[in-house]
Amino acid sequence: MQTLVTILVFAPIIAAAIAGLFGRRIGNVASQSVTTGALILACALSWYTFSQWTWGHMEAFTVQLLPFIHVGDFQANWSIRIDALSATMLIVVTTVSALVHIYSWGYMAEDDSKPRFFAYLSLFTFAMLSLVTAADFMQLFFGWEGVGLASYLLIGFWYKKPSASSAAIKAFVVNRVGDFGFALGIMTTFWAFGTIQFAEIFPQIAAHAGKTWQFAGHTFPLMDIACFLLFIGAMGKSAQFFLHTWLPDAMEGPTPVSALIHAATMVTAGVYMLCLLSPMFEYAPVAKNIVTVIGAVTALFAATVGLTQNDIKRVIAYSTCSQLGYMFFAAGVGAYQAAMFHLFTHAFFKALLFLGAGSVIHGMHHEQDMRKYGALAKLLPVTFIAMTIGTIAITGLGIPPLELGFAGFYSKDTIIEAAFAAGQHNPIGMFAWVIGVLVAGLTSFYSWRLAFFTFNGHARWGHYDHHAHGHDDHASHAQIETHDEPLPDDHHDDHGHGHDHKPHESPWVMLFPLVVLSIGAIAAGFVFVDYFVGHEQGEFWRGAIFNAPTNHVLHEAHGVAEWVKYSPLVATIIGLIAAWYVYILKEGLGAKLAARQGPLYVFFYNKWFFDELYQATFVRLAKFLGDLFWKGGDQKLIDGLGPDGVSAVSYEVGKRTGKLQTGYLYHYAFVMLLGVAGLLTFALYAFR
Amino acid sequence: MIGLLSLTTFAPLLGVVAILAARALNGASGKTDTLAKWIALVTTLVTFGLSIVLVAQFDPKNPGFQFVEDIAWFAGLHYRMGVDGISVLFVLLTAFLLPICVVASWKSVEKRVVEYLIAFLVLETLVIGVFCALDLILFYLFFEGGLVPMFLIIGIWGGKRRVYAAYKFFLYTLLGSVLMLAAILAMIAIAHTSSIPALMTFKFAPWLQTWLWLAFFASFAVKMPMWPVHTWLPDAHVEAPTAGSVILAGILLKMGGYGFMRFSLPMFPNASELFQPLVFAMSVIAIVYTSLVAFRQTDIKKLIAYSSVAHMGFVTMGIFSGNATGEQGALFQMLSHGVISGALFLCVGVVYDRMHTREIAFYGGLTSRMPWYAATFMLFTMGNVGLPGTSGFVGEILTMTGAYKASTWTALVAASGVIFSAVYALTLYRRVMFGEITNPQLATITDLDTREILIFAPLIVSTLVLGIYPNFVFNLTASSVDALVGAWRAAVGG
Repeated sequence: MQTLVTILVFAPIIAAAIAGLFGRRIGNVASQSVTTGALILACALSWYTFSQWTWGHMEAFTVQLLPFIHVGDFQANWSIRIDALSATMLIVVTTVSALVHIYSWGYMAEDDSKPRFFAYLSLFTFAMLSLVTAADFMQLFFGWEGVGLASYLLIGFWYKKPSASSAAIKAFVVNRVGDFGFALGIMTTFWAFGTIQFAEIFPQIAAHAGKTWQFAGHTFPLMDIACFLLFIGAMGKSAQFFLHTWLPDAMEGPTPVSALIHAATMVTAGVYMLCLLSPMFEYAPVAKNIVTVIGAVTALFAATVGLTQNDIKRVIAYSTCSQLGYMFFAAGVGAYQAAMFHLFTHAFFKALLFLGAGSVIHGMHHEQDMRKYGALAKLLPVTFIAMTIGTIAITGLGIPPLELGFAGFYSKDTIIEAAFAAGQHNPIGMFAWVIGVLVAGLTSFYSWRLAFFTFNGHARWGHYDHHAHGHDDHASHAQIETHDEPLPDDHHDDHGHGHDHKPHESPWVMLFPLVVLSIGAIAAGFVFVDYFVGHEQGEFWRGAIFNAPTNHVLHEAHGVAEWVKYSPLVATIIGLIAAWYVYILKEGLGAKLAARQGPLYVFFYNKWFFDELYQATFVRLAKFLGDLFWKGGDQKLIDGLGPDGVSAVSYEVGKRTGKLQTGYLYHYAFVMLLGVAGLLTFALYAFR
Repeated sequence: MIGLLSLTTFAPLLGVVAILAARALNGASGKTDTLAKWIALVTTLVTFGLSIVLVAQFDPKNPGFQFVEDIAWFAGLHYRMGVDGISVLFVLLTAFLLPICVVASWKSVEKRVVEYLIAFLVLETLVIGVFCALDLILFYLFFEGGLVPMFLIIGIWGGKRRVYAAYKFFLYTLLGSVLMLAAILAMIAIAHTSSIPALMTFKFAPWLQTWLWLAFFASFAVKMPMWPVHTWLPDAHVEAPTAGSVILAGILLKMGGYGFMRFSLPMFPNASELFQPLVFAMSVIAIVYTSLVAFRQTDIKKLIAYSSVAHMGFVTMGIFSGNATGEQGALFQMLSHGVISGALFLCVGVVYDRMHTREIAFYGGLTSRMPWYAATFMLFTMGNVGLPGTSGFVGEILTMTGAYKASTWTALVAASGVIFSAVYALTLYRRVMFGEITNPQLATITDLDTREILIFAPLIVSTLVLGIYPNFVFNLTASSVDALVGAWRAAVGG
């Protein structure tokens, strides 16, 4: 088993190295084959590991590979930790990654740097695997920043596009803001517990629970400050409120990347971290409340923005952001199992929606503006069915009395019920519940809006030029309207459609992943509900997630009143009907509403003006201070009073001594000589 | 009998003799120049080999000095040499970088080639000497002497404003040297010995420590350089030839940090404790201030030079953290920065050799013409940013962790440096490498050639190996650093 998981983790990086270093020599097909093959292998091994865990009664274990940093108590190792959490993440990561690799054969067919693309994808997978299998904070941080690097490289994959490279930098820098907190959290934990090994920290926590900690001149409860700092890292990686601005821009990357990194895996790393560190968070009530509030606000914020966006990928990006908010407030109220369950189901249906969107974009010749879609159901039948399945899954449609529905029905409803249960003891929980129900309605609206806008109604393509929806441009000074993905050349003749630009269904290599993910979006819920959050949960997690003795939220969630169980469904149906009314029954009403430019619409459409705010404050301040320190500090103050002032005086002298460069050398040599002479004279006295 | 240490130190001088002999035989010609290059390369490679032998024979369990040579000189002076876990890796770093410098200068230096190579070889001897000297006077000779060839390299083979840069470099260093010299004289007068190991256990009165510490600080702070005495560095880098920048950033700056660890901490422990807040303040100001300044630079080399100052801020912060985590981090950060900043200056050299400008605005879109260069530059950019997996990360996280123990405020402000470093480094990379090529002069720019790949290969390997398995460094340094921290703790009573 130890060998198998080692192969599992390292297969992607070896493949990435081969494709990255020798891609030009061995060619596209070989590069794609080796990376895709490695991922299929890793995926098979992951499912084997997961099944051994779930049904084979395998014990948790850690493979020690190599020491990383050993300095006193600071003992970091390279290792592979296998338990319920990592086994779950392994299948999520490798399954989506393998499917995305396969999908990219079709999607990236016309790109001219395929080896680089596949190498990046595999590199990302390796970093993500090292993250989820970390047994200490350093390897976790390694994986954490490693996926950040891969994300940066892939967002900026089309490096010739200025918008792509600026989005890449934005993603990296905003994540660094999170990592700033994360690093401080690690330091706090290290000095408080004298170790960075999870296995050594967790048993000590109960004993440290009531302690206080001095940080930056204030006294805090130890666990609250440590967990809060660590949570800042999670906010960055998982695009939570305040640190979310990079995620929508990350859609500059190729769509398979969005599906893998910015929907199913990397952005969920923050949720994973919270669940992994549940033994710490359980003793940090204030930090947990902060997590709940940030999660709930993110869910609401992102959903409201998602209502108004016209770029198909951006809608799904905001949807991801919003769903991550759900996961966070689930963890915040103590239902870590529910958070992990939603992470698991969300990976399937969100990857499905993104890859489906990619299929639409591919079929629409790289048009991403939904206002130019419409009536695609018949032309892209497989994509249509897959996207519909994904939409049903994300909106959480199901039949509560039968406990039957698509994936999202199980996980999202558990979260909402857990929030309600927590709300019985803690008003913050009730806050999260109200938002959770409201956002269920909004989710339904924007998801069906996307589906109807794309697949139903009248075709708005084929004659773009006449129907350019100029009215929306008023609201869009701040954002780039559409994000056409560039191609090395503009002719798409190889689709066999000639020049007619008729939308077309994608090749089977792209549809196959959609079919697999559709099965996941349908079945991941009812197959696994018992293991993740149901009767089997204690046996399934086997200590990987810790609930404090006073925390019964998951149990209580099952016992909430009937009306609570129905409330998200009601909200979802209202959202569905509203979307149907606006985009099918009264087609064109949406455009009319947008054209009115109501203040709320403008506010949502411009993403609550966060980018403008950050631009006006942080970015401008950094530039201002940089110039101030450089021109005012270094040049005027330091140099003016120091060397330049002196040199102004001695420059005249220097000119007279003739050749400057040698002149100064003589000065220098002369002083040196004086010094040595002084030393020797002195030494002669001293040692007499 | 010449010991291994002296052999390593003075081996480069044999190369100087050989080069001079070659010129005497062949006269000044292109042939002599080529021959001199090969002699220099072989000499530096042999020195590197000797330094590997040195590290291999080094006993990591022994915290004291090893390979000690002590020869009575004259007038009571001694030639004392030796290395411990703190200094031995600097010898290795120096010997590692020199062959790379020789190869990097192979084509880019055209005038006075023989003198140029001699300057580098002499510099190597003097710098290795700095790290091996166990006698104050010997140390001073190496320490100050090492500046002469550096001064020449900038002043003769430098860019347009080389005179200004050399002069600024000189002025700053002079200030520090004079004060350090005075302190050395005072120490010898009081302790009646110039032996460094003896002085490390000699207990100076606390009030005296304060003054001596300040005098040494003046010299080492300029060398590091610490804010606000850093302004010579960007100018010196911009004007220096590529290999000169590599040595300057890679090794000469480390003499300051080494000095703090060899002199300030063990000899003046009470003063070091007293001034800890001052050093912390200067360190975090350096990290934030110079990072922001770096962000606004328009010259590639200047940007990297400013980022060096920020990285040295982590070093000083770690050294004065007073715990093994911070010290080890500082030591490691110096080694790592030697490799990464050296490599970054070589990256600048690659495009400078082709286009003869370092203006960021001149470039853009190089990735499409230079994929291998893009990958190399990306790796070192990430090292500069401190990405885990590269050596840049290890030193940063350990120095911050060490400083956190002493002062959470310091760690808090320093940690913000990881954000700023990402901003300036990635912005630079974007402006130079990404986008379409719009400048027609770049349309025919070529990718790395074999010689350049040979230069970068060892640096790439070092960056990754040190990033993934830094422990081999800690194995070598642990006992000496523990001894240093233990002595410091005992002296200040903590």
